Amino acid sequence: MINIRNVHKCFGDLEVLKGIDLDVNKGEVLSIIGGSGSGKSTLLYCINAIENIQKGQIIVDDIDVHAKKTYQDKLRQKLGMVFQQWNSFPHLTVLENAALAPRIVKKLSREESIEVAKQELEHVGLGDKFDVYPTKMSGGQQQRLAIARALAMKPDYMLFDEITSALDPELVGEVLDTLRLLREDGMTMICVTHEIAFAREVSDQVAFFNEGIIEEMGTPEQVISNPQKETTQKFLSKVL
Amino acid sequence: MDYQFHWNIVFQKMPEMLQGAFVTLHVSVLSMLIGIVIAVLLAIVKMNHSKPFCYVAIGWIEIARNTPALFQIYMAYFGLGALGIHLSPYVAVLSALIFINAGYLAETFRGGFMSIPKTQYSASKSLGMNSFQVYRYIILPQMFRRIYHPMTNQFVWSILMSSLGILVGMGELSGETQRLQSLSFRTLEFFIVAAVMYFIITKLVLFSSSLISRKLFRGEI
Repeated sequence: MINIRNVHKCFGDLEVLKGIDLDVNKGEVLSIIGGSGSGKSTLLYCINAIENIQKGQIIVDDIDVHAKKTYQDKLRQKLGMVFQQWNSFPHLTVLENAALAPRIVKKLSREESIEVAKQELEHVGLGDKFDVYPTKMSGGQQQRLAIARALAMKPDYMLFDEITSALDPELVGEVLDTLRLLREDGMTMICVTHEIAFAREVSDQVAFFNEGIIEEMGTPEQVISNPQKETTQKFLSKVL
Repeated sequence: MDYQFHWNIVFQKMPEMLQGAFVTLHVSVLSMLIGIVIAVLLAIVKMNHSKPFCYVAIGWIEIARNTPALFQIYMAYFGLGALGIHLSPYVAVLSALIFINAGYLAETFRGGFMSIPKTQYSASKSLGMNSFQVYRYIILPQMFRRIYHPMTNQFVWSILMSSLGILVGMGELSGETQRLQSLSFRTLEFFIVAAVMYFIITKLVLFSSSLISRKLFRGEI
């Protein structure tokens, strides 16, 4: 379970998150929508401790992410993350991309790590690409590789940061299909996304971010189909 | 044109020419190895912005890159000599080449490092790697691919620039050639052969470097 309490985050003088409260239960899918600069990606980086926070608390399975005594490298094994720019490792083959972290971080044997990597790659439909270098693949394929690479660590949670925003339109579908698969597997996910239709379809909760606060939150029916706040209505009318 | 070529004397002196070529390789390899170690330090210090070391690094890099190699060698040989520090021609040329290689390579390394996107770091971190693992498995291997060919170029440059050893009486390929031609007056012949030897050496270096790179980097990037 992820509990977020009154989180504030500043970059210099600019306060990007102004008191965020959120809870995500095991097996739930939370989608975060909102305009650019609203702080939604920053929150993901804070959950993963890639960014620090100035105030508040983020608790993942009873571990305070930003406490001094927390061993963040270890904690990140619980939290898989996929980025807008897929960030594949260009000097490694697809298989090595997915097998590296299980081997060096989880200390699996070479055979075990390759086994896990192959399973996850097949799961996302890259079973025929093991020996290919990522730069030779399409953005959609690289993004699916990034998902498989994160899944190979067997995380308890997956954080998705606008993972379809940098893709050509015709490649968005294959990546969303992969997320639907994960949803069926019962993976707990936080998706920062601009795919409103997708968010409505898969989410248990939707949060609308506006200028560093959660403007509106609830089920997809409440927030997307029937928004109460004017800012939410305005945003949705622009993107839908 | 009634120049009469006489090649015999050159072939007789071949062992001495080869000995000179060996010294050339020796000094340039050594100047690269030591230069690389210093360059790594200079690059790290410069990127860390920690004063006053940072200024030392910047000073070193700027002087090495913006003054003629000939001056560096003169400084090491005659300059230090005037101050009472007498280096042998070999050590003088070696120190000058190290000084320049370190300056150039420091910028190559810094550029290679900066060219790796920061996102590679966060992506690796998000997989649970610690900082050491991120550098060991992700950043440095990619950086090495980018600096490999510039490093080869610097090596070739060192081989060719070591010929300036001729000016301080060093016994490398050019120095030997100079000495032998002055004994025999077959200036043109000796310098033609020396040029061919330089050409063969640098071509061999470039060829082996590209073989190694194909082995190391396989198909990617």
